Amino acid sequence: MKNKVINITEAVDRIPDGASIMIAGFLGNGTPHNIIDAILAKGIKNLTIIANDTGITGIGISKLIAAKVVKKVMTSHIGTNPETGKQMMAGTLEVELVPQGTLAERIRSAGAGLGGVLTPTGVGTDVAHGKQTLVLNGKEYLLELPIKADFAILGATIADTFGNSFFNGTTKNFNPVMSTAADTVIVETAKIVEPGELDPNIVMVHGIFVDYIVRSNSNG
Amino acid sequence: MDDAKNIIARRIAQELHDGDVVNLGIGLPTLVANYLPQGVDITIQSENGVLGVNGSPEKGKEDPDLINAGGKHITVRKGSSYFDTATSFGIIRGGHVDATVLGALEVDEKGNLASHMVPGKMVSGMGGAMDLATGAKKIIIGTLHTNSGKPKILKNLTLPITAVGVVKLIVTEMAVIEVSPLGLVLKEVAEGTTVEQVKAATEAELLMSPDLGTFSVQ
Repeated sequence: MKNKVINITEAVDRIPDGASIMIAGFLGNGTPHNIIDAILAKGIKNLTIIANDTGITGIGISKLIAAKVVKKVMTSHIGTNPETGKQMMAGTLEVELVPQGTLAERIRSAGAGLGGVLTPTGVGTDVAHGKQTLVLNGKEYLLELPIKADFAILGATIADTFGNSFFNGTTKNFNPVMSTAADTVIVETAKIVEPGELDPNIVMVHGIFVDYIVRSNSNG
Repeated sequence: MDDAKNIIARRIAQELHDGDVVNLGIGLPTLVANYLPQGVDITIQSENGVLGVNGSPEKGKEDPDLINAGGKHITVRKGSSYFDTATSFGIIRGGHVDATVLGALEVDEKGNLASHMVPGKMVSGMGGAMDLATGAKKIIIGTLHTNSGKPKILKNLTLPITAVGVVKLIVTEMAVIEVSPLGLVLKEVAEGTTVEQVKAATEAELLMSPDLGTFSVQ
């Protein structure tokens, strides 16, 4: 079984300027903090970020926003990092607000080979602008299209060297769907074990989706 | 203001039923859990991926891997479970949440809700609110009656809409208002508050419930 563990510098060397990156986590919980720091340290820029939120000021994705290396974010919530709203209103950062459940389904549909999803969420709101609607059995739905990315970076509690990963507590959030919808998937974890050591019953991200594993010096 | 929020939370708690699955929004709605009547046992969902939320941990005993959708550390009770975001919003959109308590910037007499942005001023994003407002079986709004004197309960929204015609009940520190097909019905006023005061603080027309009551502010 392939050992996919590399060091964090090698991992971010693969990310070019202008890349689209899904960043897992919810307000920094289940977020790959060390990879974010390494992206900043290397000075990668013009990024498109797809994530639940843009972090809390000083934590997680907010560091990328503060460093002005992001040109576009697709996210459900920016309220905990006011800098995102500031850059949006200044016209220097493009922000596409996506309802949280819709964001998960758009990513899931990309990874699951679907042409999109039909959701009632957002009907009659700004979210519906420019989108096709369908009425099925008397109920109106929006057609929401899949979202893919060049990279997905995940924050696991434990991973084996093949990439099978476990996420403790509420750190699972966007990690499983994002693992399926990017060309290159990098898992950060504080604990790396050998294949066989992780009970298959608790594997939440499957090794076949994972390209690289890096060791974090903390779990954030 | 904290007093007002607790008055609202205590009154909303009386709307919940034993066995309900409930999602409490960030801020004021979270306080509802502190006031559940005796014998009412609910399962609290938080959309970041947990069923069975059970309040805040003691200082120093926080589990870094355990937060609610507001980013606050939580504890969970026996019988709780964790899941990913896709499952979480399947629970929400799929009609498996009996009630959600959400805050509001504005509500109008058709039950339309605005809660996610003030163009040019404040953009927080909808987070999970659009999905919750669309998918939960009962949408209860818990909000201060006015924004520093400016009515929040309007004939028509002025802010971008978060969900269309979903609100069933509005609870403020002054009143309990039901959204009916005929318009907004004033069901209860807070002890010490008059109907005239409620009307003066409300832009929308209020119909009087035939069994208008009062609720406690203790």
